[in-house]
Amino acid sequence: MLALNEQSRANVEMCVHCGFCLPVCPTYSELGIEDDSPRGRIHLIRNLASGRLESTSKVLEHLDLCLACRACEAACPSGVKYGVIIEDARASLEQTRERGFWDKGLRNFFLRGVFPKPGRLRWLARAMRVWQGLGLDRAAIMLGLLRGRMAAMAETAKVPDRFGSDALPAFIPASGTRRYTVAFVQGCVTDVLFGPTNIATVRVLAANGCDVKIPAAQTCCGALASHFGDLEQARRQARQNIDAFLAAGVDYIIVNAAGCGSTLKEYHHLLAADSAYAEKAKQFVAQVRDVSEFLASIELATPAKPLPLKVAYQDACHLAHGQGIRLQPRKVLSSIPGLELVELAESDICCGSAGIYNIVQPEMADSLLCRKMRNIAATGARVVASGNAGCMMQLRLGVKRFGPEVEVLHVVDLLDRAYGGDGAAGRQSRG
Amino acid sequence: MDDRLLAKELQAIAGERYVLTDPSELLAYECDGNTLFKKTPRAVVLPGSTEEVARVVRLLTANNIAYIPRGAGTGLSSGVVPRDGEVMIGLARLNRVLEIDLRNHRAVVEAGHTNLKITQLVQDKGFYYAPDPSSQPVCTIGGNVAENAGGAHCLKYGVTTNHVLGLTLVTWDGEIVRLGGKALDAPGYDLVGLFVGSEGTMGIVTEVTVRLMRKAQGFKTVMALFNSVSQASDAVSGVIAAGILPGALEIMDKQAIIAVELGPLRVGYPEGQEAVLLIDVDGLSAGLDTQAEAILRICREAGCTEVRTARSPEERLRWWTNRKGAFGAAGNLAPNYVVQDGVIPRSKLTEVLAEVAAVGQKYGLPIANVFHAGDGNLHPLICYDERTPGMSEKALKAGSEILAACVRAGGSISGEHGIGIEKMADMSVLYSPDDLAAQKAVHDVLDPHDFCNPDKIFPASA
Repeated sequence: MLALNEQSRANVEMCVHCGFCLPVCPTYSELGIEDDSPRGRIHLIRNLASGRLESTSKVLEHLDLCLACRACEAACPSGVKYGVIIEDARASLEQTRERGFWDKGLRNFFLRGVFPKPGRLRWLARAMRVWQGLGLDRAAIMLGLLRGRMAAMAETAKVPDRFGSDALPAFIPASGTRRYTVAFVQGCVTDVLFGPTNIATVRVLAANGCDVKIPAAQTCCGALASHFGDLEQARRQARQNIDAFLAAGVDYIIVNAAGCGSTLKEYHHLLAADSAYAEKAKQFVAQVRDVSEFLASIELATPAKPLPLKVAYQDACHLAHGQGIRLQPRKVLSSIPGLELVELAESDICCGSAGIYNIVQPEMADSLLCRKMRNIAATGARVVASGNAGCMMQLRLGVKRFGPEVEVLHVVDLLDRAYGGDGAAGRQSRG
Repeated sequence: MDDRLLAKELQAIAGERYVLTDPSELLAYECDGNTLFKKTPRAVVLPGSTEEVARVVRLLTANNIAYIPRGAGTGLSSGVVPRDGEVMIGLARLNRVLEIDLRNHRAVVEAGHTNLKITQLVQDKGFYYAPDPSSQPVCTIGGNVAENAGGAHCLKYGVTTNHVLGLTLVTWDGEIVRLGGKALDAPGYDLVGLFVGSEGTMGIVTEVTVRLMRKAQGFKTVMALFNSVSQASDAVSGVIAAGILPGALEIMDKQAIIAVELGPLRVGYPEGQEAVLLIDVDGLSAGLDTQAEAILRICREAGCTEVRTARSPEERLRWWTNRKGAFGAAGNLAPNYVVQDGVIPRSKLTEVLAEVAAVGQKYGLPIANVFHAGDGNLHPLICYDERTPGMSEKALKAGSEILAACVRAGGSISGEHGIGIEKMADMSVLYSPDDLAAQKAVHDVLDPHDFCNPDKIFPASA
């Protein structure tokens, strides 16, 4: 029998089976199978919890296929928090789950060995950089050791010349009059694979009158650990981040990765039962802002030069569904002179990235990506902007695998270019 | 035919991924939007084309296995719930657009295409598909045909049957047949009309030719708040008496407002309202203001506490999205609900609603009301908790008593949700044994051996 916590049980009980979640669910849209819809999964979880259903391998397959994109939450008339349910159910099922050697190894390596330890992640990235610098990735592709999807992934995951954290000091003063003091969340993957975007973010913040502090004691937000059911690990990381950022004494804590932001904004739920941290968590959460959310709320410095570009915006799930941030990035993009923002069909349907989903569920990730790239091609845009490192990697993979030949950038990369920044993030995106 | 062989044969037609036979996977198909009746099918198959549907049907009939077509599973009368070992034929993958013919105001889509997506395909050209059941973002056009679905705006524009001109269907024994087409009113019997509303008991519809309408030049949406539902009903009668035919006339009562305001689709209605009345008028822009002013006056005369028109298309959309989310928001009131679908003469609204409230009190079940006031189509949402022994039965009984009250008032037991399993017994309240036998005789011509969605609509006595 599946043991659910009180919060997720209450949410399961709220589902009255109306089905409004079906058309917004990426996996249901692709397959049309009820078990691969939020309503179907809640039905399975409800019956696992009541003991009417055993967790067979088939049931786990359907629960595993969920991207946890949370598109269903905004569509639910009752307001069922599906994310809470799936996360709790996965955590609970993980405890008794038998995983194969490679599956377990892969999960342990990434979730316990690498992501929670920024130092190790950087070492791994440096090793990749050397590997790529020697051209071994190309050699492996030429020799046929890496094929198809894996080859495209190897080509896409290029480690730039420098990490954000190597280039950025602990304090960056505002240019001109100081209007705000903010702390910047570097992220783990963003820092090593999208260093230039982090640098651009800090530049954009400084250009808008922000003193920017980068606390050295910050760590991974814990999203990956909690998505894969290790809540204790997630709580340890949350406590470390709360201590690091509250000590900085700032107006806002700014994050440029949607997935991390959404996790940071839920620390008060994660630590609700922790008497020492519950209050601090609330204080922390109140200060967290996605970078586009922050920029859209202030009087934005006028860009120096026009950017005559046709840009499509892809909603990151953890911005649109996780944080309800849809208009703000569009507002920031529209404020750039010369930039033409075009609507992307199904812009709020997941691209298939979803943490390490594209590694553990390659087939579904690929069909969602293919669908996404078709929609992008239909816009005629030259640039796709998004607000999350994971989405950007996946979209770059999409450019390689399916086309069209578009540049994939973060919203702040574009604003940085308009401010006269070097737009370095753009150079490595085209293959 | 044993289960393993059946699975193999179905997989050979639809592909391995699209055949479900593991009991744990079948559980998700044990009910539709109505959770009162549950039973898992023997298997689920999701064919990808009309041809595959026909092959599946031929396989099943040859092996004496009955089947049930299913769209998105949003039905509210348990019309797709198995009775005894049927195979479910899911049509969710049949979602292609086959033709858009704007010059002739027609579209041809497959049965699994959702209702709202038809409008989304053509709205930038100024067209839309008129029938708008509240579940329109989810429900499929095939399901709409099966139930002859209505919706808020059917008051002025008619229900599904008025907008469906042609069908492709698979007959009980697997033959592919085309009925009607783009031209109006095919000579001979109206067979398309016969299939619309047949609840999947006469064959499986796989393609539908629908009428597209020109979007009205202008809209005015009035929202009025009242201290009592009867005042709101008075306003409805007043609007009709004034000779105005609104696009929609909808009322939500206090419980329904509370439910939907607790979810993400909230409008932010002031607290403590007993009723919200939404009125859409549409048509040529000239004259709309006059109509809206008349409606505002009628609402004030009926005693509303607040009344105004939508200030923007976004506000109008927010009001309607809120109204259309009311059923799904019932999770904020109780873990389960069953919604009734009785129709009454508009003039009897107040007294029948009083009876509905009395039934709720008798059984100790909270009832929220959302209704198409202009059509006299009531939707009492009877709230219950299936985990409490005996509660489901109580909810079912309360529903039947409400329907009996509707029939006594000169109405009927269903406006748009169909009979399914849930209202089978209530058919005998409305029809004589002779009436039922005549209908069953028509059915038996088209499905002589009860292969198509058997044991639905007609009570066993028929």
